[in-house]
Amino acid sequence: MKTLVFAEGTPAGPSASSLELLAKAREVGDPSVFFAGEGSDATWAALGAHGATTVHHLEIGDSLPAAGAAASMAALIELEAPDLVLFGLNPTDRDTAGRLSARLGVPLISNAVEIDTSKTPITVTNEILGGTTLVETEFTAGSPHLVVVRPKSFIATEVGGGTPTVTAAPPTGDGPAMSARVVERHEEASTGPKLTEADVIVSGGRGMGAPENFEIIERLARRLGAAVGATRAVVDAGWVPYSMQVGQTGKTVKPNVYIACGISGAMQHLVGMKDSSVIIAINKDEEAPIFGVADLGVVGDVHKVLPKLLEALGE
Amino acid sequence: MKIAVCVKQIPDPATPYGLDPETHLVQRPEDQVLDDTDRYGIEVALQLAEASEGSVVLVSMSPAGTLQGIRQALAMGADEAVVVSDPALRGSDALVTARVLAAAIRRLDADVVIAGTESTDGYSGVVPQQVAELLDLPALTFARRVEATGDGIRIERQTTTGYDVVEAPLPVLISVTAAAVEPRYPTFKGIMQAKSKTVEQPTVGDLGLTPDEVGLKGSGQRVIEVRPAPARSAGTKVVDDGEAHLAIVEALEKAKVI
Repeated sequence: MKTLVFAEGTPAGPSASSLELLAKAREVGDPSVFFAGEGSDATWAALGAHGATTVHHLEIGDSLPAAGAAASMAALIELEAPDLVLFGLNPTDRDTAGRLSARLGVPLISNAVEIDTSKTPITVTNEILGGTTLVETEFTAGSPHLVVVRPKSFIATEVGGGTPTVTAAPPTGDGPAMSARVVERHEEASTGPKLTEADVIVSGGRGMGAPENFEIIERLARRLGAAVGATRAVVDAGWVPYSMQVGQTGKTVKPNVYIACGISGAMQHLVGMKDSSVIIAINKDEEAPIFGVADLGVVGDVHKVLPKLLEALGE
Repeated sequence: MKIAVCVKQIPDPATPYGLDPETHLVQRPEDQVLDDTDRYGIEVALQLAEASEGSVVLVSMSPAGTLQGIRQALAMGADEAVVVSDPALRGSDALVTARVLAAAIRRLDADVVIAGTESTDGYSGVVPQQVAELLDLPALTFARRVEATGDGIRIERQTTTGYDVVEAPLPVLISVTAAAVEPRYPTFKGIMQAKSKTVEQPTVGDLGLTPDEVGLKGSGQRVIEVRPAPARSAGTKVVDDGEAHLAIVEALEKAKVI
């Protein structure tokens, strides 16, 4: 089975999701990559190490990538006829997947956590209702089958492959859809470990009460060498940047320990953190849904429990 | 500036709902409400229209022909609505939804099309991009800030590491996040006026589509099984009596974090 994996170039190399998807694509057989962005020898080496044998490279300059990438991918798909095309859940992945689906007139299944290629037709499983229910869907339309996969559904592993063959992707053509331009780029620097890679995460929700109360979350995180996370409500309220959001529309995390402070446990949040190995929750409301998934649930006031915890940890 | 806003009516999240065990479709109770995430798109649209003496038209589809959620959106201040109402739409996937919305929007000659990033009930998260492609529009997606530039739109677009400033000329599609604006509440006057605003309800046939092209038949995917996820059981619960932090210390020691 031929599989094409979409990869967006980031300052750190190929996107994390593309390396995760390559793990699945390798298992299915014969993976190639469509890479949009600035390439480098290090990037090609990383893709090769994760099992890519061919990379189709599209230079995008200052264009917003999706419209051009979808046009180029459509032309490539006509030539190469892959059975399966995989995307991550990042903004550009979603933009490109949606456009490609419309351009080719083929369906797209989103939020996949598993793909069963042993079945004919292929089936895709995703989670609904906060991860409590699994839905298995089959493609009734012909290939290519387009799937958008949730982060961390597959584990990126290096298999020591050599440098892949890198070729120029088909030209994008021109048109009104391609007229969006990126005029500035801003990195929001964060200190401490990255949320998606951290072994321990301390997260805060509305129950923290006010933005300044996040300081104690940061202190606890520093003491534990942890990353700081937040709920959508807190991000929407402007207390912390979006890069800290854990959940359906934020980051999916799977740390060893997740400490949820003042978080009630809305479905949107649970989806992003329920696969943590150990969940510790502190919340005033003993009926809070977060206690349904917590290994240790503390019914109490975060403003009282956290200072004592820091003291006990000898901060 | 003429602005079209894609909105969706969903089952009230406060009311428990599930999937029909036979059809695997979301059971849609009568109490449909406006998807909360659409309020952000409506607010952005109202602000752009107010600054340009423009108008806002809502675009939606409704297999059951319900309008409660649409009235909520009109009460915020949108001028009128086009709600594609047809039982044949039941079971439509993302691409079919995008085709229906695009067909309705095509007739409006809008300068700007606005959508949320994803619905709360289905969250496929790709319909705005599909609509943009079908209408050959640039798409300024995941906007956390939106401003008109005269002949176009400029947004701050969320990225995985920060944000980009992105621009495109009109006509354009924008997908907005909840960070973009603070939605206004409908006023009493707005609620009263909403009752008399025009709501056009074309069928799929009126848009030049056949019933076979929409709904379950027109969608290239089919749910074959719905099953409960392996449950994660709740562990120990302690009520803080002033010493609960010690239980946390113990848990951190056990997990070898400290």
